Amino acid sequence: MAVSSLAEQQRIDQLQMRGIVKQFPGVLAVDHVDFEVRAGEIHALLGENGAGKSTLMKILYGLYHADEGAVLIDGVDTAIRSPYAAIQRGVGMVHQHFMLVPSLTVAENVALGLKSSRGWRLDLDVVSKRLNELSERYNLKVDPNVPVWQLAVGEQQRVEILRALYKGAALLILDEPTAVLTPQEVDELFQVLEQMTADGRAIIFISHKLHEVLRISQRITVLRDGRRVDTIPTSGATKATLAEMMVGRPVVLEYEQQPSNRGGERLHLNDVSALSNRGELGLKEVSLTIYGGEIVGVAGVSGNGQTELAQVIAGLRPTKGGTIAIDGKDVTGKPPSQLQLLGLSYIPEERMEDGVIKEFTCAENFVLQDHGRKPYVSAGFLLNLRAITDACRDAIRQYEIKTPGTETPIKSLSGGNIQKLVMARELSRHPQVLIAAQPTRGVDIGASEYIHQRLLDERRQGTAILLISEDLDEIMALSDRIAVMYEGRIVGIVPRAQATVRQIGAMMAGAELEVS
Amino acid sequence: MIENILAPSVFATCLRLATPYLFAAIGEMFGQRSGVLNLGVEGIMLMGAFFAHYVVLSTGSLLLGVIGALIAGLVMGIAVAFVNVTLKAEQGISGIGVYLFGLGMSELLFKTLVGTPRSVSGFPPLHIPVLSDIQFLGIGQIFFQHNLLVYVAFALVPISAYVLRRTPLGLMIRAVGQNPEAADAMGISVTRVRYMTVIFGAMMAGLAGASLSIALLNVFQQNLTSGLGFIAIALVYFGRWRPFGVMLGALLFSFVNALQLQISAIGIDVPSEFAVMAPYVITIIALVFASKQTEKPTALTKPFDRGE
Ligand SMILES: Nc1ncnc2c1ncn2[C@@H]1O[C@H](COP(=O)(O)OP(=O)(O)OP(=O)(O)O)[C@@H](O)[C@H]1O
Ligand SMILES: [Mg+2]
Repeated sequence: MAVSSLAEQQRIDQLQMRGIVKQFPGVLAVDHVDFEVRAGEIHALLGENGAGKSTLMKILYGLYHADEGAVLIDGVDTAIRSPYAAIQRGVGMVHQHFMLVPSLTVAENVALGLKSSRGWRLDLDVVSKRLNELSERYNLKVDPNVPVWQLAVGEQQRVEILRALYKGAALLILDEPTAVLTPQEVDELFQVLEQMTADGRAIIFISHKLHEVLRISQRITVLRDGRRVDTIPTSGATKATLAEMMVGRPVVLEYEQQPSNRGGERLHLNDVSALSNRGELGLKEVSLTIYGGEIVGVAGVSGNGQTELAQVIAGLRPTKGGTIAIDGKDVTGKPPSQLQLLGLSYIPEERMEDGVIKEFTCAENFVLQDHGRKPYVSAGFLLNLRAITDACRDAIRQYEIKTPGTETPIKSLSGGNIQKLVMARELSRHPQVLIAAQPTRGVDIGASEYIHQRLLDERRQGTAILLISEDLDEIMALSDRIAVMYEGRIVGIVPRAQATVRQIGAMMAGAELEVS
Repeated sequence: MIENILAPSVFATCLRLATPYLFAAIGEMFGQRSGVLNLGVEGIMLMGAFFAHYVVLSTGSLLLGVIGALIAGLVMGIAVAFVNVTLKAEQGISGIGVYLFGLGMSELLFKTLVGTPRSVSGFPPLHIPVLSDIQFLGIGQIFFQHNLLVYVAFALVPISAYVLRRTPLGLMIRAVGQNPEAADAMGISVTRVRYMTVIFGAMMAGLAGASLSIALLNVFQQNLTSGLGFIAIALVYFGRWRPFGVMLGALLFSFVNALQLQISAIGIDVPSEFAVMAPYVITIIALVFASKQTEKPTALTKPFDRGE
């Protein structure tokens, strides 16, 4: 069994990174950082978007090479020059952006790069069998024979974690593994992690959710702008102190709920159905009305139709029945470009795939949909580059997006910063109807606070907002009404004032709304 | 009339003519599955054809001829891989350079070393015992009276399919062509895999050349391949990056070629341009209606860079 014993593998009692420096064009991403992790420990790494967490970990995993500094395993200077060397040395990593091949099945993705037990022939049946054992044991359900592209994001995350478990690393790096998990899934993951540390493994855990870090870790290292602020034992830390260490100033962690100023009917869905990627009915006769000046939160376990719901409204997925209306006008089947003209904005959950063009610069991505509109064109057809740059620079300042400049290719920004840019772009268009899917996934607390404030501002200005999130805290903090999805249906809509976390959680697991 | 046109000999010719397409296209398919488009197949085929022919001419050994073609392919393949994978060249352009190099170089070598076209005695037909005597529907003549390279080329198809589907190597190739970042993160060397497939592809292109110059035509002359290598690239697309699809395309092409030969042999007057065009028209139509569900490697023509 791969995971139960470490005997067959190398152990890592202590791993130290010393004086690590990594310079990217225009950014000193990691600046003389010392970091240490020991067997049996969960060491959390905290920091704002762009603080250098992923970069530091990619150096440890051999993906990037440090300009300066050393890695010591059990006191011995060990150069890890490639992911292959890392895997050989017992270091595993679950990446922030999924490292799965969409066209391959789950089992094939796991078998990728592993020695086959049958030499030159693949042993997918063996892999599937062990995978099933693991997923049963850790309660991480996946079907080994499904191609990965058919899986929802949360399920893909499960595959990533399972794959790491399968390989059974002595040191496991988890770069924001909980960003796409539901509270229940997080609980399950934490049990797995605790079991792993009890086995004598070392774990590095990155998350923007402070309560998770406080709950699971023994020590916390905080990075800011590439430098290590401090390493502290978790027992002495609180949310407020951590937030302040990360951001460098006190942060608002709770919002005031102002009564909603409900306007007219803006978005109306009537019995809308749609197919999922798998070709099954992923959205089943959903009816929903959102009024101006209101935030409707959609809660649910990943893969219960939320993605389909957002995409259907945004015009990116065809309907299989039912109608969608904006301001009373039937828009069923209209393409995204027309919906945008009617005032619809969409913040997609898969920002790397659906939100940006990776090779484009920040400025180009910022005007992706609006390049044909004032003030970004002059003389009717020429791009007004100055106006584009200015608008993008404003957004970068307002949203505190960390980037060397407007001309930097967006793919070299950190995950959270890409999300901020997409958010800035969509809100800059002052939408009438806003679909925000996981708007703060992978975003640090400082920026989450800002994004939440902006959503509340939009609400005050009369925008109808559909907020889809797996972060129940976020839903509870912002929504006026909460719709819970289960197996493609909305199983109930509860006004915020009457909702409790327990009740919503139960509905997410399929319980009907109890009318009290 | 129809019996004349669709004589067993036409089908036998069809299989023979499919050989160079199969070698070249299956080889090219491997490169593409890992994300590298080698447009220089034609040039490599010419080099392979020349060396095979020249070696047989000088030594009389067919085995050495085949080895010569494989080595020519190997050397060209290393160059192609270096330019496309290590130097990350624009693949649509570098391939044209490879083609022109092979075209010019094979001609130069031919003129200096051989001079005028001379024929060699190439691979003789191998009559497979018993099977080659089957008279029913001409099966013996169609399938079991070919030279060795024909059998090898057709054997390559199921072997390739097996390698891609059922071996760790095939899995790596597919992963590298679909998501090189992911393959890289799993400890697979994207560079190494791409070198392997490109070099293998080039060696198969060399063999494709040999199948012309020491098995099918038994002569070498300037621009012997006349576009065959480019058709092989189109066949990869036609076959949707699947070995059996590629085979289907190769058979379709060579069947039209064989028909053309037969029609002119029995003296029917059809403009030969028509027969030359037909396969291309068929390909385009097939591509338009082909299922969108393909194995097209998403990273095709995209050099890999960790972005460090
Ligand atoms: N490949 C790269 N090329 C250029 N710059 C990069 C590259 N990768 C990261 N950076 C820059 O290095 C800095 C640190 O990025 P990193 O991804 O490590 O941040 P992070 O702490 O993981 O942030 P997040 O919480 O958003 O994931 C950022 O300013 C980012 O723009
Ligand atoms: Mg990161």
